[in-house]
Amino acid sequence: MTASVGQLWVYLQTTPLLWLTVTLIAYQIGNGLFRLSNNNPLCNPVLIAVAGLVVLLRISGTDYKTYFSGAQFVHFLLGPATVALAVPLYAQIRVVRRSLFLLAVSLVSGSALAAASGAGLAALFGGTTPLILSLAPKSVTSPIAMGIADQIGGLPSLTAVLVIVTGITGATFGPWILDRLKVSDPAARGVAMGVASHGIGTARAMQMSPVSGAFAGLAMGLNGVLTAILLPFVVSLFR
Amino acid sequence: MTVGAVTILLVCQFAGEILVRLFGWPVPGPVMGMGVLFLLLLARGGNLPGMEDTAGGLLRNLSLAFIPAGVGIVTYLGLLTDQWLPVAAAVLPGTILSIGVTGWIWQRLARNRDEAAP
Repeated sequence: MTASVGQLWVYLQTTPLLWLTVTLIAYQIGNGLFRLSNNNPLCNPVLIAVAGLVVLLRISGTDYKTYFSGAQFVHFLLGPATVALAVPLYAQIRVVRRSLFLLAVSLVSGSALAAASGAGLAALFGGTTPLILSLAPKSVTSPIAMGIADQIGGLPSLTAVLVIVTGITGATFGPWILDRLKVSDPAARGVAMGVASHGIGTARAMQMSPVSGAFAGLAMGLNGVLTAILLPFVVSLFR
Repeated sequence: MTVGAVTILLVCQFAGEILVRLFGWPVPGPVMGMGVLFLLLLARGGNLPGMEDTAGGLLRNLSLAFIPAGVGIVTYLGLLTDQWLPVAAAVLPGTILSIGVTGWIWQRLARNRDEAAP
């Protein structure tokens, strides 16, 4: 006797295999469409995959917790991938060493601008206080951003989502604004992408050039540390 | 991708997690782990077998790792619909402005530096 579709669904719900596989397929589809569109930045692979998965979860009535129990294996890759950023950084060590002063100036200004513009614009357009505080660390890589949100009174899990949305925005429109402003220096492009749109911007910068990728990874890490130290202090001034 | 290189990556991440907890630094373990691997590469003159391929493979697919957290948006669809205007204002112009200004400042300063010391 063959199992009914209902029984099959019950089985699939209990194993991480289903949503892990679906996440990988969604990523492949996102990447395929990105290539098919001739690398059009509007066809961001993460955006396509997330949108597709959200629709699937809604149609199948699956909650996020069930989804994440499968997808956590992909989520885990964030850690080792972050560590791996040391490799392109080491490869570019001579350029980095030459640029320490530039790095300090652009990090401080980029970090302050990313947090201030996020919180300021949200406040201007009537955002509630928890939303504003969840938006302030939006340009920082997710594990640091969630820690900061928790510390300043935002909602860490909302921050995690806003961080991803910010990353997709940066990866999509970052190269466009840099072209517009005639910023052609690969190091400048990398630092800008890394400061304002963390790992997703860094992934995009890797595609632009190895130098951009290395600087983006470095800027992402340093911006995280800088924001973690400065933002709680700045927020305390408003209380 | 070699198992040796994956082991080194995880050991570095592990060391990073231990260090930040031990000293109470406001840095996530993996970012500290990036520092640990960087020091290791410096000490070994960049010679870690299989590391270049393994790191390259991971980093080419870095954006995959963000998908599960991104799907978390399902839990906030209500809040984000209610407050779409402040969210859009902060994320879209806010991020684009930050990227443009940061890149512009760097290029401007780099040009001055290169003119001063050719």
